[in-house]
Formats: sequence, C-alpha cells, structure tokens
Amino acid sequence: MSPIELTATQLLDELRSGLINSVEATRAFLQQIGQHDESIGAFLRVDSEGALDRAELIDRRRKQGEPLGRLAGLPVAVKDLLSTRGEPTSCASRILENFRPPYDATVVANLKAADAVLIGRTNMDEFAMGGSTENSAFQTTRNPWDTSRIPGGSSGGSAACVAASMAPLAVGSDTGGSIRQPAGLCGITGMKPTYGRVSRWGLVAFASSLDQIGPLARTAEDAALLLEVLAGHDPRDSTSIDRPVPEYSKTIGKPLENLRIGLVREHFGEGLDAEVEAAVREAVRVYESLGATVRELSMPHGKYAVAAYYIIAPSEASSNLARYDGVHYGRRTDEAAMMAELEAERKALAALGDTAALDELDDPLVRMYRRSRSEGFGAEVKRRIMLGTYALSAGYYDAYYKKALKVRRLIRQDFDRAFEQVDLIAGPVAPTPAYKIGEKIDDPLSMYLFDLYTVSTNLAGIGGISIPCGQSGGGLPIGLHLQAPPFEEERLLRGAWMFQQATDWHRRRPSL
Amino acid sequence: MTISRKEVEKVALLGRLRLSDDELDKMTTQLGQILDYMDLLAELDTDQVEPMAHALDVSDVLRDDRVRPSLDRREALAGAPNSDDQCYLVPAVLGACGFAPDSTCRRLN
Repeated sequence: MSPIELTATQLLDELRSGLINSVEATRAFLQQIGQHDESIGAFLRVDSEGALDRAELIDRRRKQGEPLGRLAGLPVAVKDLLSTRGEPTSCASRILENFRPPYDATVVANLKAADAVLIGRTNMDEFAMGGSTENSAFQTTRNPWDTSRIPGGSSGGSAACVAASMAPLAVGSDTGGSIRQPAGLCGITGMKPTYGRVSRWGLVAFASSLDQIGPLARTAEDAALLLEVLAGHDPRDSTSIDRPVPEYSKTIGKPLENLRIGLVREHFGEGLDAEVEAAVREAVRVYESLGATVRELSMPHGKYAVAAYYIIAPSEASSNLARYDGVHYGRRTDEAAMMAELEAERKALAALGDTAALDELDDPLVRMYRRSRSEGFGAEVKRRIMLGTYALSAGYYDAYYKKALKVRRLIRQDFDRAFEQVDLIAGPVAPTPAYKIGEKIDDPLSMYLFDLYTVSTNLAGIGGISIPCGQSGGGLPIGLHLQAPPFEEERLLRGAWMFQQATDWHRRRPSL
Repeated sequence: MTISRKEVEKVALLGRLRLSDDELDKMTTQLGQILDYMDLLAELDTDQVEPMAHALDVSDVLRDDRVRPSLDRREALAGAPNSDDQCYLVPAVLGACGFAPDSTCRRLN
C-alpha cells in the first residue's frame, strides 16, 4: 500500500519496522502535494528540501540505533499561525507577509523534539477569523470532496491536506470551532482539547481565553498520537495546566463501558439540515448498539452562545491585534506617501479655514498606525477589530462585553449540569455540509451563525472532537461532534475510536 | 440597536483603522445587523451572575524571579520595518516637526 493511504499509526509502525524509511514516506506525500495541491490550495508553503533533509537525518539516526522521538520520520503539516524560528509565519495576513519569528512555538518545539518531519504550512482564515478559509489574504482552499465548496475554517488548509492524503497529521487551532468544523466538513477527525491542555506559547493570539491548539488526523487513534506530543505544561504559558499527559495512544483501544450519551434538545431544531440530523441520529444508534445509553437533555443558554462568542472573541481580538502597529514587526505603510497625504489634507483644510478639522487631523504616528493596519488587514479582521473595539468602548462595555461574560458563565453551568447526567454530549458539528465558495462571504452574520454548535465548547473551556459519521446525498462528509468535561481528552478519544471501530466513514477518501 | 456612520468612524479611529467611504458604508450596515443580533442577550436576566472572563480557576501564576537571558536585541529588532542598531524608529511624535520631509523617523526610546 502507498504510504499516503496509511493512517499515521500504521505508517509509524512501518517506519519503526523498517518496511519504509522516512525519505520514501516524505517523498510520497510531497508527490501527492505536487500533484493535487494546485487544485486544493491547502498549503501556503511546502518545505520539500527541509523536509527531505530532516527525513534523511532521521533515517540515518534510526540506522545507527539512536533513540528517536514519538513521531520519528512522520510528516506533519502545521497551520501558518504557529511561530517557527526563522521561517515565514504569516497567519494568512498581508500584515505578517514577511514575518519570521525569532523563536519556535512550544508545540513546534515539541514536534521537532518528537522527530516529526514538518512538511509545510497550511492555509487558514486570516488570523484564524472565519469558518471557510475564504478570509486568507493569499489563496482559496477548496474542499477535496467538491472543489466548488469551502473546506471549512479557520483550519481549512490543515483539514483539506489530511483529507486529500497530503499529510497523515496536521496541527490546527480552535477558538470557536476552527479545528472541529473543518474536520467535519472534510470528513476527518479533529480535536479541540480542554483550555490549558496545550501550551499557547508562540501561537499567534486571536482570542486568548478561547484559543487552543489541537490535532487533525484521519482517525481518533492518530489524533491521540499527535495530542500526546502537543499537550503538556509549559512554564511560558501561565494558562497551561500542570497535569500529567495521559498516554492517549495506549488506552485508545479500550471502549468506554456503561457510556451515557447526552443529546441536547436545542441542537435538533430550526436550521439543522435533514441529512445532517439523520446521520447524527444514526451515529447515536451505533453507540446504542455498542451498549451506550442515550438521554435527551436541555441546555437552555446554548441559543445565546453565538451572540456571547461574537462579543467576547472580537473584544479579545481587538486587544490582541493592537500589536500590529507597523513598529515592532510586520508591514508598515509607505512613509513618504503617508506624509504627502497628511500634508495635502492639512493644506486643503487650512484653505477652507476649517480649524476644528485641522485640530482633529491625525498626527503622523497615528496616521502611520492607521494606514499600516488598514493596508495589512483584510475585511473580516477589520470587522472583528471594529466589533471588539465597539463592545469595549466607553458606554457599551456593560451592555456588551460584561453581559457576554455573564452569559458565558451560564453556558458553562449548562455544561456542568449536563455532565452530572451524561459522560459525553453528542450532536452535529455544523448545521449543513460544506457550502459553496462565495455563498456567505458578504453576509458575516450568517457565517457567524454557522458556528452555533461549536462556540459553546470554547466559551466553557472544555474539549470536543469531530469525527466523520455520514455523507450527504451529494457525497459530502458529515461530522459528529462529541464534547466531554474538562481534561477528559482520553474519554473523547476512546469514545471516538470505539465509533470508528464499528464504522468505516473515517476510511473514505475523496477522489481527487 | 443600530450604529451610525459617525460612530463607526469614531470606532475606526479608536481601533487605529482607516476605512474608505465604501468600507464605512458597508461596515455601518454589517455592524448594525450584527449588533441587532447581539440584542438577543438583553432578554436574559443576568443581575445575579458573576462574569466569567476565563475558563480556568487559576490566578496569579508566578515564577521565580531569576535573571536569565532574554531575546537578543538584534533578533528582536530584526522584524521591525524601520530601526537602527538599538531602537525602533517611528514618525516624530512630538511637535510640528513631524511634517519635515527629511525627518519622518525618530527614535522611540
């Protein structure tokens, strides 16, 4: 079998047993990228040379009998918002187009220490803001199952490259569904760990109280393998939790006994596509056949989650993105043109005798900030900066930001109550299968509402996973969303894997 | 609650953005629609609810106060659009000299 058809776990076994070496495996994935990425657009950059050098080094070390890391020789793709020393890290934004970080993100360092082969950087919505990857400043990523459709987002490149067999594993980030939703729409497995499980050091921040890094893979077993390497305490991230990392890949094969699954009544209401609902209900029947009991419950504050999320996340974003000021790094506007513009405005106002407007004219530093940022950010990023700045501004703080934080607690309490009765909450990860490219681009609110099933997980700070559970009549993947209490990643992975042992949705691949 | 074009302009200044006329029009409409949707939250009585800024019950995570090497200055400055060997350079901040065409950048100490 070609190495690109194997799961990461199988490929790792073949690498260990010497059936294949890392150079051969890496070459096979690079060839798949070369053949198909022109039509998919999953990668912003592919590091063929660096990857093959590294693969060769690992093969040599293996031959010499040196101890190797957990992912030794395995190609891994990384979303372009994880700082990598000396290499471009753009966040799919013009403002960081030529930025090369002076250090490695902790998860990148972890991957290197595990002897993974970093093959390239995947496309995303600019600064991870969006659910379709259409907000990338550089290129459109297409869904491998139907190239007229979005791959989901914001980790759309990471999901598409795994679905298209261009990488066995990919790393993404999830602030409101950005791993789980594209995984669902591309027919792969994607997990958002509990807040604090994975270090965010070196992750370019979007909304710091919600962001979490996680794995995208073909199977829950593969996701377990990657999470083991990503997770762990990091003294450089004060929100990373000092708890041992379970050996997820060792326990993954143990099915969950006496599993209690909760279905949230409100998830099966208006707006849910009939085929998605049918696939999710069928998936729940599979769990029942495996001995699970199912219980319906209510989470009454879920309907406020999108509104609360789209106040909190943009508020944090508007603050985080203040660092892009054209001073410390990233793009700065053309200063001569800026000074000429200001001078022309000053003259025009002076000629009119408009002293009030003259007083309000930007000083050069402020104009430099404004021009640099306006040239560097795309429409969605500007929209979120505006929304967040408004929600935090004098007079609106209580009505929007503080109100949203209170609703956030109510949402968390809904989860706490639900998890007194059930072990996992199951439901749809997105209301419909992948939609057409361009369909929602001019309607931000409808784009935001597409996130209704995933944002609560981030607001509550718990973990969630999306696994393939069906296909639409048109052949598009449908994802099942499982959520668990904080730090129950092992439960999520075992629960997902027991489903995958009983079904074959995760084995289906698109024909490219 | 809708938002006026004037308010949008003010928020753009606070957010250090500069929007074109077209962008301002579009932003006013879109923010208005989004904020209308946010009004949904008003129907919830949250008087007795504590705000939740964070999912974790951790606070004041401290490390030992030890001197150790930090990022090298040269490396820190390497990504700057304009710098000398020690400092970031920015347009003049003080006085009217900002308009002198030959002195657009000054040290920000």
